[in-house]
Amino acid sequence: MSAVENPAPAPTSSGAHRLRPKRAVGRRDDTRLALLFILPALVGLLLFYFWPLVRGIWLSFTSWDILTPARFVGLANYQEMISDPVFWNAVRVTLLYVVINIGIQTVVALVLAVLMQRLSRSIVLRSLVLTPFLVSNVVAALVFLWILDFQLGIGNHFLEWLGVGRVGFFTTEAWVIPTIALVNVWRHMGYTALLLFAGLQAIPGNLYEAARVDGASEIRQFFTITLPLLRPILGLVLIISVIGSFQVFDTVAVTTGGGPVDASRVLQLYIYDNAFGQFNFGYAAALSVAMLVILMVVTVLQYRVTRAGQTDLN
Amino acid sequence: MRRAHSSRAARRGVGLGLAALAATSATGCGIALGEDTLALDYWLWDANQLLPYQHCVDAFEEENPDIEVRISQYGFDDYWMKLTAGFVAGTAPDVFTDHLSRYPEYVQRELLLDLDALEATAAVDAEEFHDGLADLWVGEDGGWYGMPKDFDTVAIFYNEQMLADAGLTPADLEDLDWNPDDGGSFEEIVARLTVDSDGNRGDEEDFDPDDVAVYGLASQGSGGTSGQTMWSWTAGSTGWRFTDADVWGQEYNFDDPRLHDSLEWLFGFVDKGYLASYEEVGGDANAQQQLGSEQAAMSTDGSWMLNSYTRLDGVDVGIARLPAGPAGHPVSMYNGLADSISADTDHPEEAARFVAFLGSETCQNIVGDAAVVLPARPESTERAIEAFGERGIDVAPFTDLVEAGHTMFYPVTDQFGSIDALMTPAMDEIYIGGRDAETLADLNERVNAMLE
Repeated sequence: MSAVENPAPAPTSSGAHRLRPKRAVGRRDDTRLALLFILPALVGLLLFYFWPLVRGIWLSFTSWDILTPARFVGLANYQEMISDPVFWNAVRVTLLYVVINIGIQTVVALVLAVLMQRLSRSIVLRSLVLTPFLVSNVVAALVFLWILDFQLGIGNHFLEWLGVGRVGFFTTEAWVIPTIALVNVWRHMGYTALLLFAGLQAIPGNLYEAARVDGASEIRQFFTITLPLLRPILGLVLIISVIGSFQVFDTVAVTTGGGPVDASRVLQLYIYDNAFGQFNFGYAAALSVAMLVILMVVTVLQYRVTRAGQTDLN
Repeated sequence: MRRAHSSRAARRGVGLGLAALAATSATGCGIALGEDTLALDYWLWDANQLLPYQHCVDAFEEENPDIEVRISQYGFDDYWMKLTAGFVAGTAPDVFTDHLSRYPEYVQRELLLDLDALEATAAVDAEEFHDGLADLWVGEDGGWYGMPKDFDTVAIFYNEQMLADAGLTPADLEDLDWNPDDGGSFEEIVARLTVDSDGNRGDEEDFDPDDVAVYGLASQGSGGTSGQTMWSWTAGSTGWRFTDADVWGQEYNFDDPRLHDSLEWLFGFVDKGYLASYEEVGGDANAQQQLGSEQAAMSTDGSWMLNSYTRLDGVDVGIARLPAGPAGHPVSMYNGLADSISADTDHPEEAARFVAFLGSETCQNIVGDAAVVLPARPESTERAIEAFGERGIDVAPFTDLVEAGHTMFYPVTDQFGSIDALMTPAMDEIYIGGRDAETLADLNERVNAMLE
């Protein structure tokens, strides 16, 4: 390290013997020290990420009820999965949820971020937008469950007062996924907006000044300056949001338990049902591996399409 | 290892509290507390039964000063999760309240001890309990895995004021009958008790089934695989049974047209406006709340709910017998709970002494006198009937069917968890109206394949 940054003076014949061994020892010491610092993280990585991943993949090839030893069954779990209509329904329901949730959340968050940047410098306003994110998922889900309850919910009483009539938000097949998706839009939009807001700060202000001088409207500025230059951050935010969205579980678990029938049985809930409801841990592991593969494919596609790692600012 | 740990603590003279602390952190059961005392863990899920069972424990400890029993109560859903986790970690309680739908899988995995193999429990005469209750807990291998503690049946709870408002009397609810064709006198009563927002009753011409203020019958959703308190009484009173044997059946009968007709008739109440739709009540419908909030006039529910219904604030609740079905008499599901001993226990003989006591006349009488549930011993049941009677509650509609033998057992088979995961969404779909009950025949093949 020091050899690169601070080239040593030309060694004398006597000094060469002293310096070379010293520098070699120094490198070894640096490496050992670095390893020492890395070790806790490395142990954590191996113990809490790598080992569970390997074990999860291994379990997907077994039949295991956690009470008796796992039995190797080869590809049987994957064969069962391919012919399991509830699995394919769970994939469909999860994709529907992700499209609604991410679609609305991204647009709303983007609008909020731009409004925060262009119209207000108020810290209070920015904090207020973030407050839903401070509420736990389960609490938020339960609050909306009661607000939107068919018989008792104030939301439904309001709709009735408007003359629209009551809606079974959590109890009808047509409404259940959009409702759960919107509950989570409410909870996550502030956080997403804050990430996008941070991205907006990186766009040079003189570009907007120049655009204004040229007579560009706010909307024109948004589409020609803000959106193109925000693309890398937007791409990363989308990747993070989509992964989180695919993992939706708690909101569904406390509101519908997967119903009506299987209309909200998202993939994570189906994995949970199999693991902790029926103690089919082997099959649940196979479902988890399938979800991992789906997420990897979706993430790589997103990364390529949005070119999330490249900036246009230069 | 568990025993060594706690013995060391005792040898070192560490106080009782520290030993107990070590016990709860390191193990879940069978802890030696000192030279002469050991502790047993006992789990149950019904909060209403906590107090009478604490009295049982007090009486047991008085008779057995060498044993201390610690009771833990967990809600029904958490209970099974914690129990399984306890079995995995080797920290399951020594003794726990068991359910018919769960114990077959525990027996299969050798997680329970055979009560016949333990001195204290082997000495208990199974004939002393109500007929058939002890047999429910005999596994396929012939082992005895649960000491009967109570039983439950189903009857009708109704709002007395609503009955009077409809021009009916309790006598009108006696000797009701139903059939899948015209619904019989039961459907007439349900229709009469149903009222729309304009005050029209379900049996009147102007009744609007889409704008109902009070449903004649409270909804519990579809009732799932067993339909214990929701639909089992309908199909049961046609002569239908869940499986081809009282216990340990090898084939389910979900393909039987009698079941399909019964479900179509009962769930057909939704379209008629007599029963709340799934849209209205969701998948976690609470019949007792519907009666309590006067959104429903009648509810078919279990005897363990007696106190919950009769203590409803502002609602006077009466109890009536289930209607007779095409078989000529009513039929109630007959379910029995029992106490099992975990194979994990370090003190099987002491656990057996405790379990024998739980099934004894002394403990059963304590539970009977508390008027919470109906105990498994006939003489203790009489005491419960008397105790309920002193509070003005006549529980005969629950107990008569047992005496007459008009009951059917809760299904006791392997794979109930997997069967339930398959059947419950299908039952919900029938309730919603998106599936014909006849299609259960297809599912029956898959269910029976699980048992092969």
